[in-house]
Amino acid sequence: MVGWDEELLCRLYRTMVTIRFFEQTVEEHFLAGEIPGFVHLYIGEEAIATGVCANLTPDDYIASTHRGHGHSIAKGADVSRMMAEIFGRKTGYCKGKGGSMHIADFSVGMLGANGVVGGSFSIATGAALAAKMLEQKRVAVAFFGDGASNRGTFHESANLASTWKLPVIFLCENNQYASTTPYRSSTSVEDIADRARGYGMPGVVVDGNDVFAVYEAAKAAVERARGGGGPSLVEAKTYRIKGHFVGDPELYRSKEEVQEIFAKTDPISRFERQVSSEGSLSREKLDAIKLEVQELIDKALAFAKESPEPDPSELFSDVYA
Amino acid sequence: MREITFAQATLEAMEEEMARDERVFVMGEDIARQGGIFGQFKGLPQKFGTDRVRDTPISETAIVGAGVGAALGGMRPVIDMHFADFMGVAMDELFNQMAKIHFMFGGQKAVPVVVRAPDGLTNQAAAQHSQSIEAWFLHIPGLKVVIPSNPADAKGLLKSAIRDDNPVIYFEHKKLFSVKGPVPDEEVLVPIGKAAIAKPGKDITIVSYSYTMKVVMDAVSMLEKDGIDPEIIDLRTISPIDKETILGSVAKTRKVAIAHEAVKQGGVGAEIAAIIAEEGLDYLDAPVLRFGAPFTPVPFARTLEAAYRVKAEDICSGIRALF
Repeated sequence: MVGWDEELLCRLYRTMVTIRFFEQTVEEHFLAGEIPGFVHLYIGEEAIATGVCANLTPDDYIASTHRGHGHSIAKGADVSRMMAEIFGRKTGYCKGKGGSMHIADFSVGMLGANGVVGGSFSIATGAALAAKMLEQKRVAVAFFGDGASNRGTFHESANLASTWKLPVIFLCENNQYASTTPYRSSTSVEDIADRARGYGMPGVVVDGNDVFAVYEAAKAAVERARGGGGPSLVEAKTYRIKGHFVGDPELYRSKEEVQEIFAKTDPISRFERQVSSEGSLSREKLDAIKLEVQELIDKALAFAKESPEPDPSELFSDVYA
Repeated sequence: MREITFAQATLEAMEEEMARDERVFVMGEDIARQGGIFGQFKGLPQKFGTDRVRDTPISETAIVGAGVGAALGGMRPVIDMHFADFMGVAMDELFNQMAKIHFMFGGQKAVPVVVRAPDGLTNQAAAQHSQSIEAWFLHIPGLKVVIPSNPADAKGLLKSAIRDDNPVIYFEHKKLFSVKGPVPDEEVLVPIGKAAIAKPGKDITIVSYSYTMKVVMDAVSMLEKDGIDPEIIDLRTISPIDKETILGSVAKTRKVAIAHEAVKQGGVGAEIAAIIAEEGLDYLDAPVLRFGAPFTPVPFARTLEAAYRVKAEDICSGIRALF
């Protein structure tokens, strides 16, 4: 993209590719029976976490969802410790006590994935309240899906954050499906961003498959929050390429629908086309980044597989602080 | 020793802890302008400002969840639930978020939140403003649950709860707010997890807590006339439960009764009876007695509420039958 700093372009690309390769690796090893539990993939939605978190500092907070791997990576979490956690290993972020749906890294402001749809709203709102009370310049982002926008927690938190002018960004990833139910048959409005008006905050719709558009929209919302302007809602329209979880029989849509949409919307191919047609990043540069990321993911996988499982005695630690 | 009300005792605890640690703040419905519906926050906003004593919208889910988030962000929130009955509105935040974060994330972050929950029967408030739901929280690892019966413990447990790095549910019986009792002038810190022997005795152990302690003490004065000398345990904390004190007492008295205002089925009494059955069966020379509410919602009419409530007479006649 003309006018965009090369270092930033590389960073955006590296983050998106890291998420993609990480998720593909998780899918492969889940299907091979090596990863237990439930796994929800972020493939196809990489531009959102990437574009948003590129505007945040390690001191800023994010609260994530069950589909949280991409958010963790974009916020700066270590992929080896993430992979180890997903494999249920002692060296994972949560010592193997959380798994895919419960990855957190408080050292980079990642307040946790959440197994409950709609769990992120009030946690991000509270973290923003703490930041405001402690007079820190931190902001908090609540990632959530279109399905979660129908939870009462969204409405209560949006009202609270707006009434108290808290530095929160409600970041909706509208991937068109609430688990297996299509967006249009479960939600009362065309755009979730419209709901912002009911809570006295700005709401914008952005193409969630365009990392540049997401970056710009998030930038405006982060600046507003950091400057004391209060919360905003950003709705990033995207499409969930994979099933709700790995193993989802996807009885609610056709393979053709998915392929057709992905061919048009894949945020990574789109980025590649944009930057190479303009010559802002060379093909060689992009390939070099891909290679470097592949190595990183290979290392993460090896680390996870070589790590021991937690000792049964670990069950009784961490119940209380 | 000076005597103050239970409500004043909780207010002193709040004042002292808020003065000691500026990360402590309180939020809830009707607490700043109104001073709390039971007057338990009167004067607090004048001392600490409405930033640290916050009136909230009627949004229990967001209030509790924001308490969790604020704790993760470095604060030490106290959340007032208005009525314990309204905890149902925020149950996900209480049991899926607050209670699990420390364990689920591998001990990365503590969640120092206190949830104040005024509970129990008062003023014929009926089914949705009168419940005693403490047993729900006994079943949730990661939470601590305290439930004082007198002003000194109210103060000491609230201060300990605020200083604890874990989420603590603090049940306070609405009928206790106006009850006076001795509270030392100096600092009071009651340890969480430690029951008190409210009255030593030798013939039977009666375990209770909260407002029912008063009912039990009324029963004691009747039983003493019959020459029965009960030992009374005030649990004060129900999770973690002080097994040692209970089992130690039952080993001595060889009989036990448990009394609480909550529904008997699945109540705290059931857990205590099970602990004794597993770890102290040989101590017993009589069946365990449990006194609790019948398996009905809390009724409204005076006659019905009276039929619902555990009374000193019921406790007495149950216990007399063992002798």
